Amino acid sequence: MAKTWETPQMVQETGFRWSRVVVYGLLVFFGAVYLLPLLVMLLTSFKPLPEIYAGNMVALPRHWTVEPWVNAWTKACVGLNCNGIKGYFWNSIQMTVPAVVISTGMGLLNGYVLTKWRFRGANVLFGLILFGCFIPFQIVLIPMATFLGRMGIASSTTGLVFVHVVYGLCFTTLYARNYYMAFPDELVKAAMIDGARFFSIFRRVLLPNSGPIIIVAVIWQFTNIWNDFLFGASFSTGTSAPMTVALNNVVMTSTGEREYNVHMAAAMIAALPTLMVYVFGGRYFVRGLMAGSVKG
Amino acid sequence: MKMKMVVAVMALFAVRHAWAEEQAVEVVHWWTSGGEAAALNVLKEDMQKRGYAWKDSPIAGGGGEQARTVLRARVAAGNPPDAMQMLGFTIRDYADEGLLGDLSSVANKEGWDKVVPAPLAKFSKNAKGQWVAAPVNIHRTNWIWANKKIFDELKISPPKTFDELIAISAKIKAAGYIPLAHGGQPWQEATIFDSAVMSAGGPAFYKKAMIELDPAALGSKNMEKAFDQMAKLRTLVDDNFSGRDWNLATAMVINGKAAMQMMGDWAKGEFIKAGKKPNVDFLCFQYPGTEGAFTFNTDQFAMFKVGEKQAKGQLTLASAVMNPSFQEAFNLAKGSIPARTDVPDTKFEACGKKSMADLKVAIKNDTMLGSFAHGHAMPDAVKGAGYDVVTKFFNHPGASSAEAAKEFAKAIEAAK
Amino acid sequence: MQTTVMTEQEARAPAGSVTQPAARVGWSSPRGWLQQQLPRLVLSPTVVITLVFVYGFILWTLYLSFTRSRGIPSHELVGWLNYQRVWNHPRWSVALHNLAVFGILYIALCLVLGLFIAILLDQRIRQEGALRAIYLYPMALSFIVTGTAWKWMLNPGLGLEKLFKDWGFANFKFDWIIDERMAIYTVVIAGVWQASGFVMAMFLAGLRGVDQDLIKAASIDGASLPRIYRRIIIPQLRPVFLSAVVILAHLAIKSYELVVALTGGGPGYATEMPSTFMYAHTFTRSQLGWGAASATMMLLTVAAIMVPYLYSEVRTVRSRRQ
Repeated sequence: MAKTWETPQMVQETGFRWSRVVVYGLLVFFGAVYLLPLLVMLLTSFKPLPEIYAGNMVALPRHWTVEPWVNAWTKACVGLNCNGIKGYFWNSIQMTVPAVVISTGMGLLNGYVLTKWRFRGANVLFGLILFGCFIPFQIVLIPMATFLGRMGIASSTTGLVFVHVVYGLCFTTLYARNYYMAFPDELVKAAMIDGARFFSIFRRVLLPNSGPIIIVAVIWQFTNIWNDFLFGASFSTGTSAPMTVALNNVVMTSTGEREYNVHMAAAMIAALPTLMVYVFGGRYFVRGLMAGSVKG
Repeated sequence: MKMKMVVAVMALFAVRHAWAEEQAVEVVHWWTSGGEAAALNVLKEDMQKRGYAWKDSPIAGGGGEQARTVLRARVAAGNPPDAMQMLGFTIRDYADEGLLGDLSSVANKEGWDKVVPAPLAKFSKNAKGQWVAAPVNIHRTNWIWANKKIFDELKISPPKTFDELIAISAKIKAAGYIPLAHGGQPWQEATIFDSAVMSAGGPAFYKKAMIELDPAALGSKNMEKAFDQMAKLRTLVDDNFSGRDWNLATAMVINGKAAMQMMGDWAKGEFIKAGKKPNVDFLCFQYPGTEGAFTFNTDQFAMFKVGEKQAKGQLTLASAVMNPSFQEAFNLAKGSIPARTDVPDTKFEACGKKSMADLKVAIKNDTMLGSFAHGHAMPDAVKGAGYDVVTKFFNHPGASSAEAAKEFAKAIEAAK
Repeated sequence: MQTTVMTEQEARAPAGSVTQPAARVGWSSPRGWLQQQLPRLVLSPTVVITLVFVYGFILWTLYLSFTRSRGIPSHELVGWLNYQRVWNHPRWSVALHNLAVFGILYIALCLVLGLFIAILLDQRIRQEGALRAIYLYPMALSFIVTGTAWKWMLNPGLGLEKLFKDWGFANFKFDWIIDERMAIYTVVIAGVWQASGFVMAMFLAGLRGVDQDLIKAASIDGASLPRIYRRIIIPQLRPVFLSAVVILAHLAIKSYELVVALTGGGPGYATEMPSTFMYAHTFTRSQLGWGAASATMMLLTVAAIMVPYLYSEVRTVRSRRQ
């Protein structure tokens, strides 16, 4: 149904060679600009401290050192505990994985209902759900805290998973709904005539074809939840805090000489999973964006 | 099916959370950097010796702003920490809301009233006069920290009047140094403003305007003079000051790039850590015109009402905080002076000794006054409104002092 | 967010028959009734969650905005007082002005840059995957992480200005971040850096969905490449523009970390935005009422942008069903 990636796009065989040079030149130029902050961070994380304070931020390290990375992982102080950020990494995974799985799963089912089992008022409900994507998180902080407290899941990973599911649902529902819109109704109908029911149709007909949109939803949810600071800081305590909270504690120290190299290394470690997801998932990401956009 | 999965996953996490340490005290704080954390470790070890585990919940950032946000959420969740590092009016706000526990039993037994200065104890008690927080330290904010080498080289001495300050700054500038190291963040500008108001109108005026928020005082010529001083100080900073952290500004004085910094005595911790000695490598003196006065702020540990089970641990922590040897050890590392006035000054260096001596005089003369910049003069809401006017003025060269003074009074009135 | 693109595009498809299985195939047993209600049951948790945690909380905020709430919620009603106070607050007018400057430039630059790079990338480029990842990665990183690097780069004493001076351009000056009037533009730069790659991905997806036959026909007619783009391809991307604008607008209104990590709202409060205003008053200044009033005004702005969009979305679907 989706157009394959390799389909020629532009009829451009007539282009001159120099135009190719310009295109590549521009792309590389933009790439360099986009990469600059990452480059600064990476270079800094491999420099010894005196070199950072003395030198130029884009200069290559004169003495390469991996010590900042080791320190960040095992020795950096997060408050009074100087065991690095490794423990918090695991906290983040414990929080992110279930939240992504649940919100994506529910979103897919919602999308399935909203497109293939429409009932009166379904569109209005969709509109209502969609508006939820736009709520500023700061305003929900206090009422949400009250709710979590009443439920007895404040300051727990369960509470954090719940919050991230709640505010991720609108996005996953939106993706799935728009994707399944383009999915041929005939296939659903055929399965129904074969006697398949609600869940078996979903499992056998839609789910096997949902690869691209699952990837889009997972990428989106994963990066948002992994990078979240506000909820993580508010709804966790001490050593159960997610990575971003620990990173903040490492980086935002108020006194003393700043160990920029350790800070940058810690920041890179914290960013690694999302970076990986984008680098390796990027190809599927655009494909997922595309998939829904082509007539079914 | 979906719900089953949700339940299963949630149950899994609930189980992981079922265990909890029985004898632990959770402390939320923002002392995450080297020296502070080391100082706090003393307290942690002390607690462990007394048989309590220390549950550390650091939330760094923004001088406790981040931690305060988190606290709001946790209070709303009915799940406040056992103890939290707090400043001035924030303690009073939470005490007024009835959220803080009563430490009077320990306080009375140990006689805190006798050793803690009254202007400070005001922030440690609730409206009923019960102790709700244990103060750790006293910071003084009307300091100027100076590089002695530059002062010697230019043959200048600490200024006695504001005009002298401007005069020596001209010399410093001419010699190629930056007269004033400053970090352009609202609280740093407000810190200078504390002293400017005090210098322009004297301690009694400061008290009337900034603490009693008297409209007549706020509308008086003295406020205009304070803004005039701010405008002149603005000309003494370098071009890159915006957003600079205070410790980077201190480093400029330490490294001899800049001659002076107006900052609380936490800056001293930076000098000491860099191996500098008072009166040898650096000088400490008061902002001209504020010599006898002592604008202060204090870090305290406020204890929340969290039930009988935790009360014992909280009282133990409060007692540990008030332990003279802890106060000494902590404050030696932090640059401040003990909240207890009965701690001997023998181990402190010259600036610390001066601070402790000045404090005694200031208490007697009623010139120990809460700092506006650090939340010990007016409630947070009013303070914030004041910040806006001060920082706007400082970052807007050429603005009229008279206008700013008027705006300041108006902003305070609106936020009251 | 981005997949809203599809609805629009797909709405242009011939109105196909929409299955309404539950309505057409009847079940008579109790199990059949369950089957019939199943879709609603499956959707209901989400609906309940949305009603409580989105609309319930919005109503709560609305209520608070009319009360004299300071540190904790109070039930003393004060009418429009909080709105008046916020509206007369010099900091709020700076925030609104900044939102306008930031919003317009941010959206415009992201669209232009995103489209431009997407078109370049669509020229059958070698190593497209690697390049795409480079443009996309900023969106993957939290600004808590990248903020420090940006702060350095923009700092005249440490960053780009120093770099160029070290390279011998003695007169090079780039000190916007410390200039009260220019600081907001540094926020724009960092914001565009962060979001434009994402917009690029949306346009790229859109470009790949453009009808190839039209392009072929035009090129056979001898139309030049720029002309093909201007006349045929870009007009077809209209829906992508629309959803990109919506996404960017909501990011602009919500942008908080960007400002906090880059300028902390400074110099002074020159880079204040409505979101930072709300945050400061709600949490650090114990002015819950003011915070709620500013949040309500922010939400109204979001609604003003979103509701027409949602309405058009629902309507196109409805017209298909007829």
